[in-house]
Order: sequence, then structure tokens, then C-alpha cells
Amino acid sequence: MSAAAAITLDRVAKRFERGAAGDSELYAVRELSLSVGAGELVAILGPTGCGKSTTFNLIAGLIRPSSGSVRVMGHDPYDEFDWFRGKIGIVFQSDRLMPWRSALDNVALGLELNKCPREERRAIARAWLERLGLKGHADDFPHALSGGMRQRVGIARAFAVRPALLLCDEPFSGLDAVTGDALRREFVDLVRETGCTGIFITHSIEEALQLGRRILVFQRPARIVYEAVLDPDTSRDSRAEIRAEIRRALGGDGIP
Amino acid sequence: MKRLGFRFEGIAAMAGLALAWQIASYFFPPFLFPSVPAIARRFAGIFLEAAPLADALSTAARILLGLGGAFVLGAVLALLMGRSERFRRYAHPLLNFNQGIPALSWVVISIIWFKGIEFRIFFIMVMTTLPAFTYQLLDAYRSMSKELLEMTLSFRPSRLDLLRVLVLPTVMPGILTAWKVNLGNAARVVVVAELVGATGGIGYELLQQQQLFDMAGAIAWTIVLVVFVLIVQSLLGLIERWSLAYRPLAERGL
Ligand SMILES: Nc1ncnc2c1ncn2[C@@H]1O[C@H](COP(=O)(O)OP(=O)(O)OP(=O)(O)O)[C@@H](O)[C@H]1O
Ligand SMILES: [Mg+2]
Repeated sequence: MSAAAAITLDRVAKRFERGAAGDSELYAVRELSLSVGAGELVAILGPTGCGKSTTFNLIAGLIRPSSGSVRVMGHDPYDEFDWFRGKIGIVFQSDRLMPWRSALDNVALGLELNKCPREERRAIARAWLERLGLKGHADDFPHALSGGMRQRVGIARAFAVRPALLLCDEPFSGLDAVTGDALRREFVDLVRETGCTGIFITHSIEEALQLGRRILVFQRPARIVYEAVLDPDTSRDSRAEIRAEIRRALGGDGIP
Repeated sequence: MKRLGFRFEGIAAMAGLALAWQIASYFFPPFLFPSVPAIARRFAGIFLEAAPLADALSTAARILLGLGGAFVLGAVLALLMGRSERFRRYAHPLLNFNQGIPALSWVVISIIWFKGIEFRIFFIMVMTTLPAFTYQLLDAYRSMSKELLEMTLSFRPSRLDLLRVLVLPTVMPGILTAWKVNLGNAARVVVVAELVGATGGIGYELLQQQQLFDMAGAIAWTIVLVVFVLIVQSLLGLIERWSLAYRPLAERGL
């Protein structure tokens, strides 16, 4: 795709052993090739269990591919683990907050691990909490927050490190419409502001159309069955067409 | 008072026990059931005189030192077992075997092996409390959430930071429980360990009382040991309440 590819997946497969004895196996990802340019904003759609989160884990270097190669910013995210310090922010599908840390300290975690001085990181974290509408909750522990509030703390934690690569796994699900909209705008702004590369997973076709400059539809085991590129000038008619195409790609099992 | 775990029922139960003992003292000779005031006088005497106080303190120090040693060694073993399945398979049977060895056997072994009395006691304390400590710490280590680990790893922490921000907070409740459980064990073992020729300590004093047939002294020294355990236990309880304050409480119990 783009000359300065931020992410390149080349015929990647991820196999999991299944069962207590690990005697059967399952491909969560198979023959997945994908390239995302620097600064691009990509939306991934796909039915449940098709390997979207697994793909994220591969890009984040949290799991090792069974075969194929993953390159992120020219480096191997699994083998060159430490190189990525301060470069990746992930909003996980579940909030994954540390129950023993206050909202503020949860948001500051990434900065703390990047050796950002205490006062500075607390100020940054506080600003992010405010931006996400959590003013006054900085000192609350996760168990005292609602599910949507926890999700927002998780988003703030990923954004706060100003990552070069932002991976979001259904970040805006479970939020009310107004907050969701505000965060979507925030998300686009942040990607534009920082020039970071953003990938987000969603189950909502509308959200994908609204946010993504490029939309990928996955089918099980993770591979691309449909791809659309949008820009602000894309006409309403062709948007409607794309919407129909996406629906078809999602509906048929693997038939684009 | 409630903060330290004392409650009305607890005090009443102890008072009832003392009363029953006192009544028994009216019907039996003092060498079987000395009166409660006599025991109390002996108990107070331990804290008022320098030499007995030193005995009590040295036993306390031996308990804490032994537990500290077992904790450090147990933590290293648990970490190795947690990280390497292979190592765990070697270590597991050895620890199980160890668990079956009575404290008295370690007493005999340490007398034959070592000269220094303090080292003998330390050795016995460590060997007897090590397996339980290791298993409890291993459990705590394993209870670490994979999800939180992945989340933390996505920020690429250094080894030390990972230990500090994730591993320690996760294993903290387990560590405190392990200390509480092993404290009781250690207090029971230390008096046996002090039979290895210690010229001081609660175990040594108990042996003296037995030779003198002094029941009041034996009870008083036993109470000293129990009180020490209770004090440390409530300190651990305070640390627990303070460090785990973040935990949510269900409003309705089981
Ligand atoms: N650690 C694992 N061990 C075994 N199987 C796994 C593991 N992780 C994922 N899988 C399997 O891989 C497949 C893809 O899972 P994944 O979580 O990537 O799906 P997903 O596309 O994110 O789904 P959803 O939209 O529901 O979040 C599933 O069938 C799942 O059971
Ligand atoms: Mg998922």
C-alpha cells in the first residue's frame, strides 16, 4: 500500500492448541496479509470469533505467530519487544484496569513505565480523565466506577502515552450515544493530531464508515474478505453501496 | 479495639476459660492447676525481669528470622517453579517429601550437622516452614491475571517495573496469608527447635518448668508465646486492611 508501511503482516497464521490435552488445534488467523500505512486509520469489521483480537495481539507482540511475519514500524513486535516501549497504546476489549490503582494511577501506568516523572504523568493523566468526562473520579478505584466509566479510563490509559500505534478493540461499545460520539471525534482528532497509526475493531458498520478511512472485513479464520477505501468526498451513493457490500461480506460465511 | 480484632465475644470466651481454670484450682493441688493470680504473677514477672524478657525476645527474634529466611527462599523457589514447568516438576516431589519430615527429625539432623546453636535453630525453622511458604507463594503467583499481564506488557515494562507494578500487588494478599499461617506453625516449631541446646528462649524455659514441675511457670511461658503470635498476627491484619483497602466489599454476605 503506502510507501511508509507502519504495519505489514505477511501470510501470518496463528494456531491455538485446544482441549485439556491440547490434542486438537484451531487456526484463529490463517494466511493473513495486511499492510497499513503510517498515519492511516483502519477499521476492522468481522463476525465474533473470527480472530480480530488475536490479530491485535500479534501486532502488539503479545503472542508469536505460528508462521509468517509481522513487522511493525520495521521491527518485529514479539522478538524486539523492548523497542516498542512508549510506542504502542492498546484499548482492550475489556477494560483491564488494575483494581488496586485509582483511576488516575491506571491512566498514568504507561507513562510511569516510560519513566515519565511523577508530577508530569499525573498532570497528563488528569487532563485525559477530564477530556473523557471523568473529572472528579481521579481518585476512585475501578470497582467504584461504572462499566462505561472503566472503559473510558482504559481509553485514557492508551491515549495518554501518545503512542505511534493505537490499537482499539471495540473501544466505544458499551457507551451511551453522546459519550460514544464525543469519543469517536476525540479518537479521530488524536490520530490526526499525533499522526499516529490507528486500527480499531468494531461491530458497527456505521462506526466503521464514520471513522475508518479504510475498512477491512474479516472472516474466520482471520483473513480479509472485503476492503473499501473512503475519503471525505466519497459520495452518499457510493457509501450506501459500500454499506451493502460490507453487509454482504459479513453475512455470508467467507463468501465476499 | 475492634480494629485489632478484639470483640466482646472474644474477651468473654477468654474470661470464661480463666474462670473455669480458677474453679479447677480450688479442687486440685497447685502443681496441677495453679490459681489464675499465680499464673498472672509469673507472667508479669517475665516482663519485669531482664533475663526472662531476653528469653522471650530471643524466641520472637528466632521466629521472625526463620520465617524471613523461609520466605526469601520460598519466594525464589516459587518464582522459579512458576516460570519453569520443568523446574516445578523437580521441586514438587522434594517439597512434598520435606513436608512429611517431622520437626524433631530436623532437630536431630541439625544437632549432628551444625555447631552454632543459632544456626541450628534457623535451619530447623527454615526447613519446617519452607514447603507451605513455597506452595502458598506459588499459588499467589499463579493467580496473576493473564489479561492484566498482557495489558502491562503492551507498555513494555522493564523486568523490575513489571515486578513492582503487577506481580507484587497481585501476590500481596497471598504473601500476607502465608505469613499468618506460617507464623502459627513457626511458633509451634520454635520451642522444639530451642531444645537443640539453646540456653535461652521460651522452649528452654518450658523445659526448665517441666523439670521443676512448675505448672504456673509453664502456663505463663506458653501464654507469652501465644501473645506474641497474636500481636504479630494483628499487625499483619492491619497491614492487610491497609494494603487491600481497594478491594470492593459485597454488601450482602454469603
Ligand atoms: N489463547 C487462546 N487459546 C485458544 N484459542 C484461542 C485463544 N485466543 C483465541 N482463541 C480462539 O481463536 C478464535 C478467535 O478469537 P478472537 O478473540 O481473536 O476473536 P474475535 O474476532 O476478537 O471475536 P470477538 O468479536 O467476539 O471479540 C476463537 O475461536 C477463539 O476461541
Ligand atoms: Mg475480540
